[in-house]
This record gives sequence, C-alpha cells and structure tokens, in this order.
Amino acid sequence: MLVNFAILLTCQLLGEISAKALALPVPGPVLGMAFMFAALMLRDAIRRARPNFTLGHDVETTGRNLLSHLSLLFVPAGVGIVGSLDVFEKYGIALAVALLVSTLLALLVAVMAFRLVSRLMGETP
Amino acid sequence: MNPADFALWVYLSRTPLLWLTLTLIVYALVDSASQRLHRHPLANPVLHSMWIIGAILAWTHTAYSVYFDGAQFIHFLLGPATVALAVPLYENRAIVARALPPMLAALFAGSIIACVSAILVAKWLGTPKAVLISLAPKSVTAGVAMAISQSMGGDPALTAVMVISTGILGAILVTPLMDFLRIRDYRARGFAAGLAAHGIGTARAFQVNPVAGTFAGVAIGLNALLTSIIAPIVIKWLIH
Repeated sequence: MLVNFAILLTCQLLGEISAKALALPVPGPVLGMAFMFAALMLRDAIRRARPNFTLGHDVETTGRNLLSHLSLLFVPAGVGIVGSLDVFEKYGIALAVALLVSTLLALLVAVMAFRLVSRLMGETP
Repeated sequence: MNPADFALWVYLSRTPLLWLTLTLIVYALVDSASQRLHRHPLANPVLHSMWIIGAILAWTHTAYSVYFDGAQFIHFLLGPATVALAVPLYENRAIVARALPPMLAALFAGSIIACVSAILVAKWLGTPKAVLISLAPKSVTAGVAMAISQSMGGDPALTAVMVISTGILGAILVTPLMDFLRIRDYRARGFAAGLAAHGIGTARAFQVNPVAGTFAGVAIGLNALLTSIIAPIVIKWLIH
C-alpha cells in the first residue's frame, strides 16, 4: 500500500516536472497517467524476464481503491463554488442556459461521432 | 451555547480535523443514499455533498479558507487519482487501442462543439465579453480551463465555477441522454462523459461501468490537450 502510493506520487511528480520543463498545456497528473501506464508496461516486461520481481505487483489495488471514491475528491472544490453561485444571478439565466445547451450538445455530438466512425470500421456495439 | 461548549467549538472549528471529518461523514451518508437509490443520476454524490457542507459552513459562519484547511487533504488526492486512471487504461489497453479512430472523431467534434456552442448561446443571450472568455473552456479539467481563461483575459475564478457546474450537469445528464438515444456502447458513453464533463463525468462513468470509466479518463487527457489549442482560436474568432 505504502510502496504503491509512492509509485503513484512518483509518476505524478514526473508528470509535473515534465509539464513545467516542456511548458506543455496538459496538467501534471494527466502526464503522470502516461508515466504510470509506462511504469505498468515496464513492470510486466521485467516480470516476464524475472518472475520473482515483486515491486508494485499490486499497485492496481491501490489505484482502484483511489478511483472507487473519485466523486469524494471533487467535494472540497465543489463546496468552494457554493459561495460563488451568485454569478448565475448576476449574469441572468444566460450562463445556465449556455451550460445546459452546450453540455447536452457536447455529449450528443461526441457520442454520435464515436458511434459513426465505429460503425464505418465495421464494428457492432 | 454555554461558555465551555463555545470554547470547545472555537478550538475545534479551527483545526483541520473537524472539516476533514465532516466532509468524509457527509460524503459517506450521501454516497450510501445514492447507492440505495441505485445510482439514480439525480442522486449525484458530489452535488448533494457540496450543498449540504455549504449550508453547514453558512450556518456556522465558517469561511471557505478555514474549511479548505481540513478538506485540502481530500483535494490533494485528485492528483494521484488522476495518475491511477492509468490502471483501468492499462487493463483495457487492447480495447482502447482498437477504438482510437472513433475516439479521435468524438474528440474533435465534441471538443469544438462544447466550446463554440457555449460561447454562441451565451453571446446570443447578451453575456459580456469577459464572461464569454471565462465560459469557453468549461468542459476541460479545472487546472487547464483556468489557465486558458487567464491567458485569454477571462476570470479564472468564474471559470472554476463554470467547470464544476458543467461537470455536475454532465454527470446528471449523461445516463438519461444515452438511454434515450439507445446507445449501449459503453466506450462511446464513457468517452462522451469524460469529454463533456471532465473528472466529475468520469466519476459518474465509473459508477455505471468500468469500461465507460476507462474511456472517460482517456477523454479528460485528450480534451485538455485539444481545448488548450482550439479554445484560444475559437475565442479570437467568435469574441474579439
């Protein structure tokens, strides 16, 4: 558990460092996801060569535990906007309508584009 | 409150422990209610936890900065949790690799529509320019959205409100919309949720289906990258 958490944080740190060093427009943790993916591939490659290699053998469990309460992690930021909801009052209903319409359209267009190309590739759902 | 109780309250209300514990308790209660309601879209755990805690803070006259001293320990875990999205991605890598063409199509179409439609609707309804800029990157994960807003002359704090509102809205809308459209492809459903509603949409996708959650996680990263390129262009084109 402790080692696994250290592995996740190391990947995040590598992500933060490369995002800053290369001035990339992607957040450090998202790059950290890529590093973690590479680390998992590396781990399994080493394991195939040396079956007694155990470092991070159950890092998946820690990762899944963190993700099982992903909603909780947005609560502190969410509470922060409760006090700022008067912006919807200030700019009238326009912002709320814009958010509603564009979120619906983004969901609709994304899923339609996905299904269209998937069908063109000859896949069935 | 008698003086002894008051002294205890003053002490506790200033320690991180109280607000950290409160956040966990409120979330645990809301989450178990959400489970009992079979994860009904309206029983969104983020939405209900935040207004209950917000009401408690207002009632006890507690500043958000005092609350955040405790809640920051939870907030911090967003970073490692984002890194942990690599775990389902690794396990489903064969499915994800095969779905690359549909993902890219959904990414370009959805990302542009999310940005353009928000600006056009708000502009049509008479929203001022600075607010339009703050609204444009609302489908992207908060850190990136705030950076885009700031660099284009928007208000990052307003953008944060838009981003979280969009996340909750998307998390509530995605299941009824996809059921209505009779889409049973959980790759497509998840990808759309992550693209339109970033991490909060991804949390919803994981509640529904692990494959949906995996694709939502991929969409967060790809959309952060693409929107940071196209949002400045769209803002210049539609607003300036």
